[in-house]
Amino acid sequence: MKIHEYQAKEIFSRYAIPITTENVCYTVDEVVKTASGFDMPVVVKAQVLVGGRGKAGGVKLARSIDEARAAGEQILGMNIKGLTVEKVLVAEGIRFNAEYYVGLTIDRNTKSVIFMASSEGGVEIEEVAKVNPNAIHKFIIDPDLGMSPFMARKIAFKLFNDFSLVKQAVDLFIKLYQIFIDTDASLVEINPLVVTDEGNLLALDGKMNFDDNALFRQPEIEALNEPDEDEVKELEAKDKGLSYIRLDGTIGCMVNGAGLAMATMDLVKYFGGQPANFLDIGGSSNPQKVVDAMNLLLSDKNVKVVMINIFGGITRCDDVARGLVTALDQMKVDIPIVVRLSGTNARQGLEIIKEANLPVVNTMSEAAQEAIRLCAACQ
Amino acid sequence: MSILVNNKTHLVVQGITGRDGSFHTSKMKAYGTNIVAGVSPGKGGLTVEGIPVFNTVEEAVKATNANTSIIFVPAPLAGDAILEAGEAGVELVICISEGVPTLDMVKATNYLKKKGVKLIGANCPGLITPGEALVGILPANIFLKGNVGLMSRSGTLTYEMVNQLTTHGIGQSTCVGIGGDPVAGLYYQELLQLFEDDPETDAIVLIGEIGGDAEERAAQYIKEHITKPVVAFIAGQTAPPGKRMGHAGAIISSGSGTAAEKIAAFEAIGVPVARRPVEIPTLVKEMLEKRSKS
Repeated sequence: MKIHEYQAKEIFSRYAIPITTENVCYTVDEVVKTASGFDMPVVVKAQVLVGGRGKAGGVKLARSIDEARAAGEQILGMNIKGLTVEKVLVAEGIRFNAEYYVGLTIDRNTKSVIFMASSEGGVEIEEVAKVNPNAIHKFIIDPDLGMSPFMARKIAFKLFNDFSLVKQAVDLFIKLYQIFIDTDASLVEINPLVVTDEGNLLALDGKMNFDDNALFRQPEIEALNEPDEDEVKELEAKDKGLSYIRLDGTIGCMVNGAGLAMATMDLVKYFGGQPANFLDIGGSSNPQKVVDAMNLLLSDKNVKVVMINIFGGITRCDDVARGLVTALDQMKVDIPIVVRLSGTNARQGLEIIKEANLPVVNTMSEAAQEAIRLCAACQ
Repeated sequence: MSILVNNKTHLVVQGITGRDGSFHTSKMKAYGTNIVAGVSPGKGGLTVEGIPVFNTVEEAVKATNANTSIIFVPAPLAGDAILEAGEAGVELVICISEGVPTLDMVKATNYLKKKGVKLIGANCPGLITPGEALVGILPANIFLKGNVGLMSRSGTLTYEMVNQLTTHGIGQSTCVGIGGDPVAGLYYQELLQLFEDDPETDAIVLIGEIGGDAEERAAQYIKEHITKPVVAFIAGQTAPPGKRMGHAGAIISSGSGTAAEKIAAFEAIGVPVARRPVEIPTLVKEMLEKRSKS
């Protein structure tokens, strides 16, 4: 789960990490009112949950109230990578003389939290990683020790010579790690972390992502979730025990297990078809799930044929078959369905499918090829 | 021989009185796995399927000499269950639970490493040494005893692959589901080495998927340390970037972790990568024949 810059900085602020004086605005009037109370210049920044706002024209400097109004008018309602800007952050401009990058994330390899720091702040860190990977310093944090002052000092001395800045950085790094742990984050970033003309460290921007598996114990974070259209559908599916990602193709796939679901999409593509979605119905044997899954697949009007690929382990094939028959009784399905069932109770499942006069195939290769053939026939 | 589990496995089931725990206890027992104890706090003194239940893993280990633990508790409690097993003195812990918070896994994997205890999972189907022990939720009837070791980040895709191998008469030494989470216990490198050292394993199948760079690191490890033939498959060639494909760890982020990169890494060191599951048995046969000639 992601949150906006202003929400991340609110969390920083709660831990006494210095941020700009700022206010989030939903209308041009609010932008003007906020700017009137601030020292000029101000920065007006689009708050959308995608990267690359600056390049898309979603960040503007305003030297007067009129310029702030113009910026608000331009940015509010604009489209950035498919998302409409519904709010902007108005922040007092800051004079600074250096920009840094600091970030925390999970390192799969060492199975630990990793702290990254770079003197090349203010640009996309992925770019730095590609062009000049040595400019990013990485530190593995021992989970038993947490962010010890000595470790924070080690990191700070990589970035700063001035001992007053080192001391500020040590304090800030310890707090940043604490935020990561306290909120079950998967990413915490300050880019750029600036040194102001007064010689103070300040978080000019902020980014936080969170571990979806931990949201059950982070109600305050979960309350900030603003899913987009696709994500709403994914969340509705999740509530029903389904894992669903919509794609652009025509062959609706219903599979049990994430790996097999991906391999099924790959196979459809291999034989020249286009998968309409990723859909994992999970490992339980509840016929209702199949009904829900069929509803979900058919709600996508691009779907021309449904391909069901089940390898029963915990999932029992006869339960899937019963669910499918129930689904077909309940709803009007006027597109072809191809069914492949293997594993636990496959024989019983296939008998149910045959009684319902649905075409049955033996392998996932056959299923993919048959689905593509039927799809071509109906176009 | 085989790896990790065999007829010397003495298993304790954490969460034995739960729905999944009791169901799979009966399945594992029916397969012949030696289950010596169960754990369910507050239910010590009961029996499930004739197996004594204890309040703590420590009590279970003291009373029964259990050397392996399998965990079926709900995800919010699973991190603590792993720590408890690690502290109680078993040698191997398998965590089936799905949805364990990543920071709980960071803590658990580091603690077990310090204790010298091996961990598999979480969010995995467990493992099986055909003919000896099933420790997990895999459908036992598709496996065949043999000499191919298999490791995979996915459950049902493993069944698909094993079914392909078995129907072509290729048996398995041990099959391990390592799980689909970003932070998990034993991974490719450790398992590759265990299979390399196992005299009953002649070839290795590695089933990976998008997300992270574990496959790339596995390729490097194979190049430097593994003499037995390895065959690979990578799921997610058509997965869109930035979307989690069911598994918490299966995501292409910032353009890295793609199937294409992983396939290239394996092919660069001479490990053949099947484009379709159905190609796996043929590739394994070819590799085994090549090996027996040389």
